[in-house]
Amino acid sequence: MTIVSDAGSEWELVSGLEVHVELASTTKLFCGCPNNFGSEPNTNICPVCLGLPGSLPVLNEVVVEYALRVGEAFHFDVPERSVFHRKNYFYPDMPKDYQVTQYNEPICSRGWLEIDGTRIGILRAHLEEDTGKSTHVGTTGRIHGASHSLVDYNRAGVPLLEIVSDPDIRSSEQAVAYVEELRATLKAIGVSDVKMEEGSLRVDANVSVRRAGSTEFGTRCEIKNLNSLKSLRDAMDYEARRQILLLEEGESVVQETRHWSEVELHTQSMRSKEEAYDYRYFPEPDLVPVAPTAELRAKVRAEMPELPAVRRARLIEEWGVSEKEARTLLGVDGLADYAEAVVALGAPGRDVTLWATQDVLAYLNASNAAVSLLDPATLADVLSMVRDGSISRNQGKDVLAEALAEEKRPRDIVQERGLEQVSDEGALIAAIDAVLAANADAVAEYRAGDDKMRKKKRGFLMGECMKALKGQGNPQLLNPLLDARLEG
Amino acid sequence: MTSAREIAAAVTARERSAREVIDEHLARIDEHDGELHAFNVVIADEARAAAEALDARIAAGEPVGPLAGVPVALKDNLCTRGIPTTCSSRILEGWRPPYDATVVNRLRAAGAIAVGKTNLDEFAMGSSTENSAFGPTRNPRDTTRVPGGSSGGSAAAVAAGFAPLALGSDTGGSIRQPAALCGVVGMKPTYGAVSRYGLIAFASSLDQIGPFAADVTDAALLLEAMWGHDRMDSTSISDDLVPISADLERGVRGLRIGIVEELTDVEGIAADVRAAVERAAGALEAAGAKVERVSVPATVHGLDAYYLIAPAEASSNLARYDGVRYGLRCDDEDVQHMNARTRGEGFGAEVKRRIMLGTYALSAGYYDAYYGQAQRVRTLIIRDFARAYERFDVLLSPTSPTVAFELGAKTADPLAMYLSDVCTIPTNLAGHCAISVPFGVDSELGLPIGVQVLGRELADALIFRVARAIELSVSGA
Repeated sequence: MTIVSDAGSEWELVSGLEVHVELASTTKLFCGCPNNFGSEPNTNICPVCLGLPGSLPVLNEVVVEYALRVGEAFHFDVPERSVFHRKNYFYPDMPKDYQVTQYNEPICSRGWLEIDGTRIGILRAHLEEDTGKSTHVGTTGRIHGASHSLVDYNRAGVPLLEIVSDPDIRSSEQAVAYVEELRATLKAIGVSDVKMEEGSLRVDANVSVRRAGSTEFGTRCEIKNLNSLKSLRDAMDYEARRQILLLEEGESVVQETRHWSEVELHTQSMRSKEEAYDYRYFPEPDLVPVAPTAELRAKVRAEMPELPAVRRARLIEEWGVSEKEARTLLGVDGLADYAEAVVALGAPGRDVTLWATQDVLAYLNASNAAVSLLDPATLADVLSMVRDGSISRNQGKDVLAEALAEEKRPRDIVQERGLEQVSDEGALIAAIDAVLAANADAVAEYRAGDDKMRKKKRGFLMGECMKALKGQGNPQLLNPLLDARLEG
Repeated sequence: MTSAREIAAAVTARERSAREVIDEHLARIDEHDGELHAFNVVIADEARAAAEALDARIAAGEPVGPLAGVPVALKDNLCTRGIPTTCSSRILEGWRPPYDATVVNRLRAAGAIAVGKTNLDEFAMGSSTENSAFGPTRNPRDTTRVPGGSSGGSAAAVAAGFAPLALGSDTGGSIRQPAALCGVVGMKPTYGAVSRYGLIAFASSLDQIGPFAADVTDAALLLEAMWGHDRMDSTSISDDLVPISADLERGVRGLRIGIVEELTDVEGIAADVRAAVERAAGALEAAGAKVERVSVPATVHGLDAYYLIAPAEASSNLARYDGVRYGLRCDDEDVQHMNARTRGEGFGAEVKRRIMLGTYALSAGYYDAYYGQAQRVRTLIIRDFARAYERFDVLLSPTSPTVAFELGAKTADPLAMYLSDVCTIPTNLAGHCAISVPFGVDSELGLPIGVQVLGRELADALIFRVARAIELSVSGA
C-alpha cells in the first residue's frame, strides 16, 4: 500500500513482526511450578526457575506438543532436532543472568499464514523462557531514579514461543490483520489465551520505508511496548511518517530499538545498534536436543482442531454468510461454537450468524456473561417462532433479550406477554370482513382510485385490521388475505 | 583404618553403633583438621543425630542400605539443605541451599552419614585447592604439600581417615588428580551416569560427580549407591546400573590394555611416575592381560580445547552470582555497579581469569575461532579414542605427571598449574570414565603415585575391575 508524503512522493512501508506468545501449559518450561497469571509474588517458584546454584532445567513435554501444533497450524517445517542456546546478559529479573532460548536451530522454521489472499511468510517460531518482572519503586517507575526495585519471579521460566515473520507486511492494517489471524489460530489450537492486556501476547514491530517501486530494503527500527492492536497500528503509522520525513530531508534512518509511548503517541530511541549487546549465544549444555518422536507428531496431527481460516471458509460455503460476518462470528471467543450449536438445533446458519453477532453479542457485551454458558436452544426457539410466524422479527428481538437476561424460555415469555400472532385463517378473514364492512367508503375509493390512492387506502385498511387484531395478526398471512378480499 | 564395607557390615549387624562410628571419626577430624583444613564445615550435630536415627531403625529391625553408618565427606559444591554450601567462594558465603543434591539424597537412602563439607579450589577451578577463599588444604602425606585439586579437601579427608568415603566432582581431573596426590582411589564416572542435580556447575558439559575411597572396593560401593537416571537431570543416562562390585574380582585375563603414548610421554612427566605406569602395565600382563602401546593423537590438544570450553561454560554458569538473590551483595549506586562490585569482591583471581577467558571465547567474531574450534577438537578426541577402543578394552596412563608439589610452588604460574591435569582432561572432553588407583611411591620423597585406567562411555565396571587388579598387584591382598 502506498503512502503519499506531505511532499507528495510515494512511499511503501515494509514490516516484519516478532510476536511473543506465552504458552498456556499447566506448568513452566523447565520445572513443575504452576504457570499462573496473578498469583501472589514469588509463590510459583522453585530452585530451578529461581536459577539456584546446582539446579538444572528439564524440558516440559507438553510445551513441545504445543509447538508442534503451532508447526501444523502455520505450515512450518519441524526438524528432527532443535537445540536450546543460552543468551547471556545481566538483568536482575533474569535469575541465571542468561536466558534459555533457541537460536540457529529453532523448533519451527519456514511457515506462513494468509491474510486476504496474501501469504505472509513466517521465518521461525522458537521456544524460550520468560523472565521475572521488576517493579521499580520511586518517582519515575523506571529503573533510573528508582530508590529500589522489587522482583517477582513467578513469571520466570514461563514458556514463550517467539514467532518471527518475514518482512512481508506492507501496511499497519495488514500488520493488525496478521496479529489477529495469529491470535485466532493460536487460541483455536489451544496453546495460549493470547491476552495482549495480560501480556500473554506481545508484539514488536520492525519498520522500514522505501520509495514506491523500490525493491531494496530500507534501514529498519524495532518498535517495542506495543500493548494493543491500536498501539501497533498507531506506532507503525507514526514510525513510517517519521522515517519518510527524515529521508525526504536527506537524513538517514539509524538502526535502533525504539519505545512507543501510548501517552505521547510517538516513538523514542531506546538503544542503537552500536549499543546492542553481545549475547554470546552457545548451546545450552544442560539440555539435550529436542527430538519429537514420530508418535508425538502423528498424535498432534490427528488431534488438530479446525483452524479459523478453514472454519470461515466452511461457514461461508455452508451458511451463505459473508467473509465479514464469518470474521465477526469467529472474532468472539466461543461465539462460533455457540452458533454452530444453534444451527445443530435446526436454525438456518445465516439467521443464526446475524442474530448471534448482533443481539447475542450485544447481550454478552452488556452483561459480561460467558457465551459458553448460554443455552443454544434459546436462540433456536426464538428463530423458530419468527420463522413460523408465531411472533414478528421485532418481537423476537425483545423476547430473545428477555430470555437471555432473565434466563427464561422464549415460549414462556411469548405466552406471558400474549405475543402469539394470530395466524388462524378463519379469525383473520373474520376480522378483515368486519373492517371492510365498517369502512365501505374507503373500500370504494380503493377500488376506483389510481395507484397512489389504492396504496393509501390499502395501508389504512391494513392498519384497521391490525387494530382489530390487537396488533397480533400475522402480517405474512394477513397481507395476502386482505388483497384477496379487496380484489375479490 | 576401617573400610566402608566393614563399617556397614558391623553397624548393620549391631556389632557397632553408627553413633560410635561417627564419634570416632569426628574425634579424628577434631584432632587433625585444624592442621589439614580438609573441611569448610563439619556438621557434627547433624551427623550424630543421623547416626542415632539410623541406630534406632536398626534396633527396630528396619532394613538399612549398603552404606549403613558410613561417614561420608561431601565436596562443598554439592547442595545440602540448610547447610552452608560455599564452593569455597566469598560470593556464596552464608548461603544455605533450600534443597539437597540428588547424590546427597541417594547416599542418605543408602545409610551413609554426611560429616561435613570439604574444601576445594573456588568453584572447582584449580589443581591444588590453594584457590580456596578459606585457605588451602594440606596433603596428609606431607603437610608442606598440596593435596591436588580441585577436590583436595575430599581426597585429604579420605587419606587422613576423617571419612572412609568422600564425594568429589571432576571437570578436568578434579577427582583423579587429588586422589593420585593423596594416595587414595578416585574415579570419574561416564558423563551422565551420576546425576548432576545439586552440583554447583563449573562447566556443565564436563562436570561429573564421583567417588573417593581408600580402596577400589569401597569406591565401587559408593558409585553403585549414586548411579542411575534422575529425572531432574536431562543429561543423566537411563542405562541401568552395571554391576560393579559383583564383577570386581573377575581379573584381567584376556583383556587388551593400551598404554596411551601421548599421556605417558607428556612433557614434564616425572621419571618415577612414568616408571610406575610401566610397572603397573607389567603387573597387568602378569595377571593375564595383553598390554601394548597406543597412540591417541588428538589428546595432545586436550588441554587447549579444555581451556576454551570449560571457561566458556563457566562464564555463563557463574553469571548468576550477581548479588541480587543470594550470597554476597556489595551495595553501590545502582544495580550494574552493585553487580560489578559484588563480583569484583566475591570472586577470586582464578575464577575471574576463567570468566574473562570464557567471555572472550564466546564473543561475537571470536566464537568460531575459539569455542567452535575447541568443540571440533573435542570431536577429534572422541574419534581418536573410538579408534583406540576398537583395539583395546581399556587404556592406561599416569593420572598426574608429578607427585604432590609444595604449597605455593605453582600459584604464580597458572599455565604450570593447568599442566597438572594434562593426563585427565581428555576423558572429560570425551564424556568417558577413568579411575586413579595408587601404585607405589616416588623414590625421592616417598610420595604416592597414581595410575589411571581409562574406559569408553559406560565401561565403568570394566575400569574398576582393572583398577582392582592393579591394587591387588601392589598389596597382594
